[in-house]
Amino acid sequence: MEYVIDMRNIRKEFPGIVANDNITLQVKKGEIHALLGENGAGKSTLMNVLFGLYEPEQGEIYVKGNKVVNNDPNIANSLGIGMVHQHFMLVDKFTVTENIILGKEPTKGGKVDLHTAAKEVQALSDQYGLRVDPYAKIEDISVGMQQRVEILKTLYRGADILIFDEPTAVLTPQEIVELIQIMRKLVSEGKSIILITHKLKEIMEVCDRCTVIRRGRGVGTVDVKDSNPDSLAAMMVGREVNFTVIKGISEPKEAVLTIKDLVVLDSRKVPAVNGLNLTVKAGEIVGIAGVDGNGQSELLEAITGLRKANEGSIHLRDKDITNKTPRSVTASGLAHIPQDRHKHGLVLDFSVGENMVLQTYYQRPFSKNGILKFSPIFDKAKNLIAEYDVRTPDAYTLARALSGGNQQKAIIAREVDRDPDFLIAAQPTRGLDVGAIEFIHSKLIEQRDKGKAVLLVSFELDEIINVSDRIAVMYEGKIVAIVDPKETTEQELGLLMAGGKRGTVNAE
Amino acid sequence: MQNKNNKMKLLVPLVSVFLGLLIGGIIMLVSGYKPIEAYVALFQGMFGGPYYIGETIRQMSPLILSGLAVAFAFRTGLFNIGVEGQLLVGWLAAVYVGVTVDAPAIVHIPLAILAAALAGALWGAVPGILKARFKVHEVITTIMMNYIALYTTNEIIRSFLLAPGERTENVKESASLASPFLQSITEYSTLHYGIIVALIAAVIMWFLLWRTTMGYELRAVGFNQHASQYAGINVSKNIVLSMAISGAFAGIAGSMEGLGTYQYMTINAAFTGVGFDGIAVALLGANSAIGVVLGAALFGGLKIGALNMQSIAGVPTELVGVVIALIIFFVACSYIVHWLMNRVSKGGKI
Repeated sequence: MEYVIDMRNIRKEFPGIVANDNITLQVKKGEIHALLGENGAGKSTLMNVLFGLYEPEQGEIYVKGNKVVNNDPNIANSLGIGMVHQHFMLVDKFTVTENIILGKEPTKGGKVDLHTAAKEVQALSDQYGLRVDPYAKIEDISVGMQQRVEILKTLYRGADILIFDEPTAVLTPQEIVELIQIMRKLVSEGKSIILITHKLKEIMEVCDRCTVIRRGRGVGTVDVKDSNPDSLAAMMVGREVNFTVIKGISEPKEAVLTIKDLVVLDSRKVPAVNGLNLTVKAGEIVGIAGVDGNGQSELLEAITGLRKANEGSIHLRDKDITNKTPRSVTASGLAHIPQDRHKHGLVLDFSVGENMVLQTYYQRPFSKNGILKFSPIFDKAKNLIAEYDVRTPDAYTLARALSGGNQQKAIIAREVDRDPDFLIAAQPTRGLDVGAIEFIHSKLIEQRDKGKAVLLVSFELDEIINVSDRIAVMYEGKIVAIVDPKETTEQELGLLMAGGKRGTVNAE
Repeated sequence: MQNKNNKMKLLVPLVSVFLGLLIGGIIMLVSGYKPIEAYVALFQGMFGGPYYIGETIRQMSPLILSGLAVAFAFRTGLFNIGVEGQLLVGWLAAVYVGVTVDAPAIVHIPLAILAAALAGALWGAVPGILKARFKVHEVITTIMMNYIALYTTNEIIRSFLLAPGERTENVKESASLASPFLQSITEYSTLHYGIIVALIAAVIMWFLLWRTTMGYELRAVGFNQHASQYAGINVSKNIVLSMAISGAFAGIAGSMEGLGTYQYMTINAAFTGVGFDGIAVALLGANSAIGVVLGAALFGGLKIGALNMQSIAGVPTELVGVVIALIIFFVACSYIVHWLMNRVSKGGKI
């Protein structure tokens, strides 16, 4: 059996770390091959080796039976390998066609022949079922369509081996269904696909075979039909993984967060939160379920002092924190794991140590009379790194250099360590692998069991149902229902989130 | 990793200097000058004897301060192109205090320098406020503020401080940084005590940025405003503060000229250029305090040495301008230097 891609015993070292150690990846023609591994396991390094961006210390690469020796980044193109990046590489102000032909423009009399190009794009789009509007600007189209443009870019350049890097991370559930159909169509037309992911559900659904790497080492390749999510997860993490969250019964006590008739305007001056009431008690996790854009972000910003509340009140225990500054809210006993860890959670160009004191740098012992005290800062950081298993070479490494899961662990370490009365966790497991998810869920439950109040906001219904003690459904800026996670279903939640009424599910 | 980065930080400017001199030499050769003779004269003119060393150090002082001003703003995410204007108002403020106030030197000198710092800080704070309040980009406003500074200082001198010769009176001796002692040990160069002020300022910049909570906030805001806001740091306040501190360094650079080199201020027909050279010095010094001092030494030295090169080897001073421009070019495109060094190191291995 000949492989279209055959990477044998690849080893790639960086100073102080072996990123790839004896990894073998063999992809058959016409299959969808999953590359599975935790954040930071070495998937990206392996792909960069394939693309010629890194030169491996050991190992051989064959593409379609020919040995590849050159380490020229352009070689991947000429060999017909194309990458669909997780973060799209598109020019926002250009049209779909202009983006697709960029770098390989057909010309007529010295001018770019957009008309012919658009026709070619349309033909490709019809052939593979990749619905796009060739004349639409990138900034005006949905994320799903942008991704289809990325796929068309590789096809336009004649790629027959496509690499998808975490393609579903940015998509809505409907768009994921579409993407899976597209991938099936592509292989039926003779393309081969490598799917980089850590979502086991997708692998089970769409892939033929799966290669697992763990901490830089190749663990092995399995046929997907002979495996199951539990065995794949165990291969990836190196131990059994609990998919069901283990937690005792909650014992809610006094109210910690009380929100009354809150109204918050969004950036367009339209009420995004519109008369919202919510209470979170000590010793419980309240999960907010809702479709993105129903006022969740504005609600969190109002609570944390980042956005002005126009009406209503927010109390933390007896203290009125309505429209207080972020610092005074934080000092009142609130911790916040923000939704966007790169934008709000970390200063990426600060060291891990500096990030660990982002809210406390001005307090003793980390500073005195305005002078920073570095040994207490880094002692603290080292303790947190050890306690929360943040994988980083040391506390002096820039936060930017850490993998997503470890960045998130660093944020959680910092927030939970302040021992707050009230913890907000916004999308705490977004983009993380099962091992990290399990860890983060257990930390949230640990906080609850210590008698803290926890507010969880997530778009993953699994997470909301598994972790929460009460679920508050948010729709158009209001809490429209409070349900018990033990007595609800994804269907019922889905209906409530879309503005439906309770009980109509059973009636149907 | 860290070590390698530090090594690169030092290597890039060094290789750039070498490349700049090399290509400058080729240009001299093509233009019919003798490069080796010229460079010998250049280096003698920089460090070849007490007089030249004195002149180089004197030239360094304002360059260190204007370099610090640019570097400080840059470390906090801001581009202060207005150092030139802040320098001019600082110069005027220092001279004004030097001319009008009567006080013993121990009070008079610090007072005049403080006035320069304050004037520069105010001049810098205006673009800071405009940025923090109305999101006006500081590059535009600081450039505009340069012109306002140039013509306003000229007008003030003309209206209130004019002395014969299109200039102000000399500052009083009690405000002067001039030092007969330093002059006497450097064969009567124009060296003055300003270098001490500049070096103290470099230490202050380093300390402020890296050792204080204020510096922590300023750097955090420079890297990521959203995360800073989330952490409870007042972003607007820090933008204004950063521009004010940067402007203060620039203002003190002006006092170097007013209290040290010239002892007065002229009506300037054009910008002094010291403020703009600060951008190059900061770039050359990788925006670190020690780097700025070294960058200013090179810059000041080349400018002084150029005079000697012209008189001894007959090579016009403009050619040193070309060499300086080439060095900056190579530092700015450090990519080329990296690439070159990779080629060299790989060639060595194979």
